[in-house]
Amino acid sequence: MAQISHDDSGAVVIIGSGAGGGTLAHELTRRGIKVVLIEAGARQSLATFSQVPGDAFAQLTWLEPRTFSGSSTVGIDYPTLPSWTCKTVGGTTVHWTGATPRIRPWEVKSRSTYGDLKGASLIDWPIDYAELEHYYDLAEKRMVVTRRNGVPGLPASSHFKVLYNGARRIGYKHVHTNYMAINTRPADGRGLCIQQGFCVQGCKTGAKWSTLYTEIPRAEATGNLDLRIECRAARIEHGANGLVTGVVYRDADGKEQRQKARIVCVACNSVETARLLLLSESARFPKGLANSSDQVGRNYCSHTGGFVWGLFDKPIHFWRGTTLAGIVEDETRHDPGRGFSGGYHLELAALDLPSLPLAGLPSTLWGRDLAFILEHYRNMAGIFINGEDMPRDTNRITLNPRVKDGFGLPVANIHVDEHENTTAMRAHAQRQSKALYEAVGAIRVVASRQTPATHNMCTARMSKDPADGVANGYGQTHDIRNLFISDGSALSTPGSANPTLTIVALALRQAEFISNQMGAHSI
Amino acid sequence: MNPKTLIPRREFLGASGVLTGLIAAGSPLALLAPGRAWALELKALSSSEGATLMSVARTLAPHDRLDDAAYALVIQSVDADAARDPGTLTMLREGIRRLGSSFATEPETARVHALTALEGSDFFKTMRTKTLGVLYATPMAYAYFGYEGEAFSKGGYLLRGFNDLHWLPEVPLADSGPVPGA
Repeated sequence: MAQISHDDSGAVVIIGSGAGGGTLAHELTRRGIKVVLIEAGARQSLATFSQVPGDAFAQLTWLEPRTFSGSSTVGIDYPTLPSWTCKTVGGTTVHWTGATPRIRPWEVKSRSTYGDLKGASLIDWPIDYAELEHYYDLAEKRMVVTRRNGVPGLPASSHFKVLYNGARRIGYKHVHTNYMAINTRPADGRGLCIQQGFCVQGCKTGAKWSTLYTEIPRAEATGNLDLRIECRAARIEHGANGLVTGVVYRDADGKEQRQKARIVCVACNSVETARLLLLSESARFPKGLANSSDQVGRNYCSHTGGFVWGLFDKPIHFWRGTTLAGIVEDETRHDPGRGFSGGYHLELAALDLPSLPLAGLPSTLWGRDLAFILEHYRNMAGIFINGEDMPRDTNRITLNPRVKDGFGLPVANIHVDEHENTTAMRAHAQRQSKALYEAVGAIRVVASRQTPATHNMCTARMSKDPADGVANGYGQTHDIRNLFISDGSALSTPGSANPTLTIVALALRQAEFISNQMGAHSI
Repeated sequence: MNPKTLIPRREFLGASGVLTGLIAAGSPLALLAPGRAWALELKALSSSEGATLMSVARTLAPHDRLDDAAYALVIQSVDADAARDPGTLTMLREGIRRLGSSFATEPETARVHALTALEGSDFFKTMRTKTLGVLYATPMAYAYFGYEGEAFSKGGYLLRGFNDLHWLPEVPLADSGPVPGA
């Protein structure tokens, strides 16, 4: 691993080591570019992943305070955890479930397709779908995604049999074990999935792709990566010419450090990316960096979400097997006849016993009603709704001056008043899920409300018009040409797909762009 | 959350309160605990306060055949918070006072009625979060609900029943994939 001097102003500094930052670090270092990769969390490994659900959660999760406002039920059901992100080397690619569907072609043209929805701030992406497809191909090969490029699908678990038969009986045609970045056979130097069901606790076999044990060690092997763990970025600095010059951070001992940079790439997951740009305000940029449009932190999206649980009178043992290996694709279409614009996936989902009552059910449940559900734990099946959320400029990340982190910096406040399109879409998905389970004999169906997002997106979005967003189609900020957005914040709209594949595809594309620009001395 | 924190009955020095109980014969817990009779030391709460909170936990998550010992671990965790933070202790005592001294011996409908009146209070929210967060993470709950927990050390479920459901038709290979090694 390289040791890059704090005064070396030739390096690219990437903040965050997840799907975007970790992939970008590998792609730049293998091209001979020196990279300092700053990560707030510690470094775990297959050997150190805890398999006690509560301990694993504490080991991987960003647990520092965030506040929540707005009318979304997330603030009622999950007041202390309004979003579920990671603080560990590998970021959310350590706790993700491996699901890798693609965004749909019309979803990158949602403004043109859906029209001017009242109270929404939709824009079209500044990238053509045909171009995105090329990078999807590259990302799928890299991550060894199932059901793509001749890679076989995951086998059907007992739990999937319930989803599959119910979906077919109500007329769905596109139902399978999902596109998954989880090995069905040894590949990419990683093992195969042994159906243990502990995907979100950190995959002990490494069957699930994560930058922790793919991109990052490969970047280290180039000799061009300086990975700095347990380091917290506090602000990005700029010079008199308005270009960024480096990153101020606190190291593992809490000591302030200053790393110079030729280019800075922000990949801290959407909430913290927006927070860092806002924290980097200066006399020249009083609203924060890259924020002349006042769009930083706005248009915050998650996905139209929530669980639906089917209770049966026969055993399913849904905790056995790959957590999210199942998908219904039929509802990912734009059909306003359903009462809303855009579409959604229904995905297989199980929760471990300790997590189910607090993470998977509304906080209004207790007593005999709650007990009845838990008494059916052996006989449960689960769906996770993943649909296109509608952006609003008032749904946003701001700094909360009343609550400070351990370094005295204001924490992020997440404000969400759900758009009525999202509410209507969830209601439709819940009705369809209920019909699906009843078609195979469910004795009761119960739904959660919106869950804390691990899919946080669009807070520094790519836009053709600099007035509508923060970055261009390469994630390069409109205001500052050597400052890049390299995570899900850059998505122009959320689409209906789990975002990791899209983030990786965009990181591959951005790495080419940065490398070319550096070669041409344009940055 | 370890059943070993349930220790055999003995004298407690310096304990504020004590919860005691018997593990039901034939309970899965009998295999985990050191003896049938158990006792649990409280640091901040009195015995009667502990008994009221035990009853609150049982009312919030009523699993009739789940051992009292599992609920006792919830109260142990609540008590530890109260011992650390005087504000928590005050909040708990206020909730207990509002429930009344006979709460633990009242029938379930009356207990539900009393708790419903406190919904929205910090006391209710704390007790609900604690009960749900601790109870279902106990080894007693794992055994009771049939949850198998960590599976890596046993080779996962690939060869141990991940696909053993036979009350529905099998999925065509085109929509799933081959079972490795099969």
